[in-house]
Amino acid sequence: MSIVLPEGETPIISVRGLENRFGDQIVHQDLDLDVRRGEILGVVGGSGTGKSVLMRSIIGLQTPTAGDIQVLGENMVGRTEDEAKNIRRRWGILFQNGALFSTLTVAENVEVPIREYFPFIKPPLLHEIAGYKIAMSGLPENAGSKYPAELSGGMRKRAGLARALALDPELLFLDEPTAGLDPIGAQAFDQLTLNLRERLDLTVFLITHDLDTLYAICDRVAVLADRKVIAVDTIDRLLQLDHPWIQEYFNGPRGRAAAAA
Amino acid sequence: MASTALPPDSHNVFAPTGSLTIGRAGSTQRELEALPDPIMIDLSGVERMDTVGAWLIHRTVRDRGARVVGAGPDTENLLRQVAEADHPTEVLPPPKGGAVAELGTWVVDAGRTMVGLLGFFGAVLVAFGAIIRRPRRLRGNAVVQRFDVVGVRALGIIGLMSFLIGIVIGQQGAVQLQQFGAEVYTINLIGRITVRELGPLMTAIMVAGRSGSAFAAQIGTMKITEEVDAMRTIGVSPVEALVVPRIIAAVLMMPLLAFWSMLMAILGGGLFCWVSLEIPPLTFVQRIAEVVPATDLWVGLIKAPVFGFIIALAGCFQGMLVANDAEQVGLKTTAAVVQSIFLVIVLDAVFAVFFSSIGWI
Repeated sequence: MSIVLPEGETPIISVRGLENRFGDQIVHQDLDLDVRRGEILGVVGGSGTGKSVLMRSIIGLQTPTAGDIQVLGENMVGRTEDEAKNIRRRWGILFQNGALFSTLTVAENVEVPIREYFPFIKPPLLHEIAGYKIAMSGLPENAGSKYPAELSGGMRKRAGLARALALDPELLFLDEPTAGLDPIGAQAFDQLTLNLRERLDLTVFLITHDLDTLYAICDRVAVLADRKVIAVDTIDRLLQLDHPWIQEYFNGPRGRAAAAA
Repeated sequence: MASTALPPDSHNVFAPTGSLTIGRAGSTQRELEALPDPIMIDLSGVERMDTVGAWLIHRTVRDRGARVVGAGPDTENLLRQVAEADHPTEVLPPPKGGAVAELGTWVVDAGRTMVGLLGFFGAVLVAFGAIIRRPRRLRGNAVVQRFDVVGVRALGIIGLMSFLIGIVIGQQGAVQLQQFGAEVYTINLIGRITVRELGPLMTAIMVAGRSGSAFAAQIGTMKITEEVDAMRTIGVSPVEALVVPRIIAAVLMMPLLAFWSMLMAILGGGLFCWVSLEIPPLTFVQRIAEVVPATDLWVGLIKAPVFGFIIALAGCFQGMLVANDAEQVGLKTTAAVVQSIFLVIVLDAVFAVFFSSIGWI
């Protein structure tokens, strides 16, 4: 159950000795984590174990108190804005509630990153790119000209995904993508994530509480507890550990139901 | 590189090498457009392709019947993916008519807003009626808290503003009246205009900006987070819980603030008269008492609570209109301030005519 990848294998994300504290409250201490290129890594943990803080640290929205973070081979801590820009166009992020810009239509939302990084791409090509991204995210054709407020929760997530995919990222961060979706919608979203990974060679960093998602699509699962990542492995091998939280999580009634599915 | 392997025919060959990605989208598009039909695209030199590159190839094949050769299995796969996702997409909702349609929409919206405000006024009266019948339903703590926010915390800014306005009125008045040798009437000017008009009016504008906007933003945010809906389902009337305390606070605080504003403006004017016109404070106070009739004070103090009611009503009404997204909170907050100041000034004109006609000149 090594958390750190063996020598010789280059991780796409590598976190070493991460520490995050807010006042007296220590969220992470001495946290290590490696994400393999091309895998779907699920991140689980009880409420308040700092899953979102971990993601925010990796993507640079939260400056850690201590530690090293490398994404796509670049150091993320203490780098300049210009260096960060080059990394930012290589990842896509889906926030929990989509975080769509409410004054723009779905298609315009998808166009924002393209306009920002590739200003020479002009309509109609720009609109065409937005169009196929929207279709790839599984939204209906007429969704492009709708405003976020006119969309249902599931559609908003798909629109957020379309925006995250706008620049053909190598790395995709998903924060609870299936939370608040009905089981059919959640399953469709899982399938979509899998398909996109296959098609676009994505690496996916997936925060979730959804046991079905974990079983269905994750290659490995990282468990956050006691302020660090206590284990990263396939679910089968995690089950052999006798950490109480892991046992309760995967062997509880919901965990068993998801495993049986 | 592999173009030599192609069958020699009349096609114009486009053979990109290296990476065919979004970073090269502009030049790739230009190169493709520069080539006349028929086109043959040779992808054997492409090492890396993303969906944008694939899309550029796809649209050339789709629109101009280009032939593609030399695509590896991965590239083929990517081309198939974008072809599957090829659906025309509208970027903006269809435009809604021209200037006339816009004017029409605006008129209808304005009409609906006024009708809605009337309806809301009715709902507030009903809520007041219910509270009068069962006074225990009045939320005392909420009202007292609003007293603090609307009234006590506004003392500083309203006091400072009024003090400065008093000085400005004195100074401007003195400059004009000096031309007639009548500087002493500056006192009449300061006393009457602040007590009768500017005290309540300036206070109303400040309260609309401070509290009317806050009411709209608070209630609007609660609408978005579904707190208002939660209240309804629990059986708490949002009008009783949210609107009535704010209206009571505004109605009761406005006259007090207006009186405070009058005092501070007279103080500012008095200071100006003392320093600049050498009228001693005692004389100034005596003159104020002589030239400002009691009816002026009544005019000011009767208007103030009405203004407060209008401000709170417009603020809460606009807050309740918020729906859907965060942008609405901003729009409705602006609307609340504009609407309440507009209504306050209209009412002020009505009051001016009314009080003149009953002889309180």
